[in-house]
Amino acid sequence: MTVMNLAQAITDALDIALATDPRVLVMGEDVGRTGGVFRLTNGLQATHGAERVVDMPVAESGIVGTAFGLAVAGMRPVVEIQFMGFSYPAYDQIVSHVGRIRHRSRHRFTAPMVIRMPYGGGIGAAEHHSESTEALYAHTPGLKVVVPSTPYDAKGLLLAAIEDPDPVVFLEPIRLYRAVKEDVAGGHFVVPIGRARLERTGNDVTLVAYGSMVRDARRAADALAEEGISVEVIDLRSLVPLDTETLIGSVRKTGRAVVIHEAHRTAGFGAEVVARIQEEALYSLLAPVQRVTGWDTIFPLKRTEEYYLPGVDRILQAARRTLEG
Amino acid sequence: MLQILTPDGELLADPPMDIDLTKRLFLAMVAARQYDRKATSIQKQGRLATYAPFEGQEAAQIGSAAALRPDDWMVPTYRDAAAMWMQGYPWTHLLLTRMGDERGGSPPEGVAVLPPSITVGAHMLHAVGLAWAARLQGSDRIAITYFGDGATSEGDFHEAMNFAGVFRTGTVFICQNNQYAISLARHQQTASETIAEKAAGYGVPGVLVDGNDLFAMYQATSEAVVRARDGRGATLIEALTYRLGPHTTSDDPTRYRDAAEVETWRAKDPLDRIRKYLAAESAWDEEWEARAATGAHDEIDRAVEEAEALTPLAPEEIFESMFAEMTPELAEQQQRLLASRRDQA
Ligand SMILES: Cc1ncc(C[n+]2csc(CCOP(=O)(O)OP(=O)(O)O)c2C)c(N)n1
Repeated sequence: MTVMNLAQAITDALDIALATDPRVLVMGEDVGRTGGVFRLTNGLQATHGAERVVDMPVAESGIVGTAFGLAVAGMRPVVEIQFMGFSYPAYDQIVSHVGRIRHRSRHRFTAPMVIRMPYGGGIGAAEHHSESTEALYAHTPGLKVVVPSTPYDAKGLLLAAIEDPDPVVFLEPIRLYRAVKEDVAGGHFVVPIGRARLERTGNDVTLVAYGSMVRDARRAADALAEEGISVEVIDLRSLVPLDTETLIGSVRKTGRAVVIHEAHRTAGFGAEVVARIQEEALYSLLAPVQRVTGWDTIFPLKRTEEYYLPGVDRILQAARRTLEG
Repeated sequence: MLQILTPDGELLADPPMDIDLTKRLFLAMVAARQYDRKATSIQKQGRLATYAPFEGQEAAQIGSAAALRPDDWMVPTYRDAAAMWMQGYPWTHLLLTRMGDERGGSPPEGVAVLPPSITVGAHMLHAVGLAWAARLQGSDRIAITYFGDGATSEGDFHEAMNFAGVFRTGTVFICQNNQYAISLARHQQTASETIAEKAAGYGVPGVLVDGNDLFAMYQATSEAVVRARDGRGATLIEALTYRLGPHTTSDDPTRYRDAAEVETWRAKDPLDRIRKYLAAESAWDEEWEARAATGAHDEIDRAVEEAEALTPLAPEEIFESMFAEMTPELAEQQQRLLASRRDQA
């Protein structure tokens, strides 16, 4: 056991994957000599060599397209995109090739690869550096989409993603990189993709969150607990596949749900969560399901960021609305 | 421009192959043309979806593919059936894709040809990754990729050439400059005089080749393949050629080019010049070619029959190739589709 933050847990997972599987490559902009803009690949090139931890020219489509070729040929590339907002040049490769090859070749060719992207706001970053457009990737067939919110999950999910026989988009909440620390087991372990985590159990209302929003959901749950309201918090961890069973089980029990994400509201991933709840738990609902999300605006710059981000207050308001009903 | 055999069948330099190989590759071109015509004709009967003919480009494809080892990777486009077939991709599979069956994208085990890219340009990068992987795996396999003049305007052409240059990957880039990208003429595509010269910007050699000259294509590609195999990096080959037919079976080329232009290029037919050369070497006669053409025709007919006889995928099967292991979502959707079909029945 070592106490680590989420960033260190990711570095640890990459280090273990590189050490144990000669097929693994880490590639991206500035990942080698400087260890990445967030320093998540720090030291990896020194340990594993420049052949395995590769500094790539600034060309996201090129990086993902080349990684696709490497993966088809049997390597296990782990690509770092510097920020989610810079993943769009690679989107064509992802939607047209990465997510497609297994199907269009009926399993003859496959592209097991991981595309890591720091995502989300809350740090007053420059324009394009706070994007949370996971719905694009969740909507793209043939991809798995994973979002850890704790150091333990970050390590176990990343190792699972690297070992997965299919492509995985791995989203890393920038805001939580160094915000929380916990004990993380040393050595190799995996957290299976496709299972949600019950962050806390309760009976009155279910808060559904993932990534950066899990912390705010937990804080809201603490506040409600003081008022004697028993809150269940689900950390989805994996958007595709989605753990519908855990989600539905919880909503059937509490009869109330608030779905939280910092992504834009319209056609955000929350809409999918709400749809699943109404498909399978409508008659258990005691109140309309609430969504607490970012707005359909461009993600604001530093001075107005707080207007956009969900935050504890808006979660509390939404939870109370379900309790009034 | 590298040219070894003129349109009149005259040798300008030593041929890069003996008569036996010349005859074999000539017959491959004959077979490819049979396939192209067959596919075009059954498309007209509604038995294939849109088809992209390659008539006129046989030497560019067969001459280059003949320079490969069977285990070399090939990353082709929708117009490269001749090259794919040379590298082991069965006619049946080529036809299946055109009939709207994903199993066409799944060639037999061991065929190192990716299903043809429909997106223009993106696939060139895959050949960079495949060749790079070979080096990491201690293998001397190389990767060849085919694309058109239009594809060189895509950003991914630049990224692929740049990466191939930086990482010295064993990638052979074959640009079949067939003068048009659908209706857009080559001079509207780029202001550079040749496509080959673009290679200089990436520190990669670029070679302009008469793409209708089997010998020149074979020689240029062989040199590029040796370079790639020896770890000396990538090459861009511009094969100057012409698409004699329409862009696809739904295109009407009379809207953007005139008959006279097509006739000039027909006079440079890649089959004709080898035929003339072989005849001059007393290695050709009409009956020999006709017999081979009939043989190829029959083989392609059998491939058509085989592809048409294959039972379409069952409804549940469309869900089965998304992931190694089906996700709960897909399993649920699969049940929905099956239930809906039962209700309809
Ligand atoms: C990214 C993309 N844009 C547009 C198209 C539609 N399209 C199909 S073929 C083609 C022209 C390509 O021309 P070229 O690269 O010269 O190849 P050719 O068809 O002549 O062999 C276009 C625009 C496409 N398939 N993919």
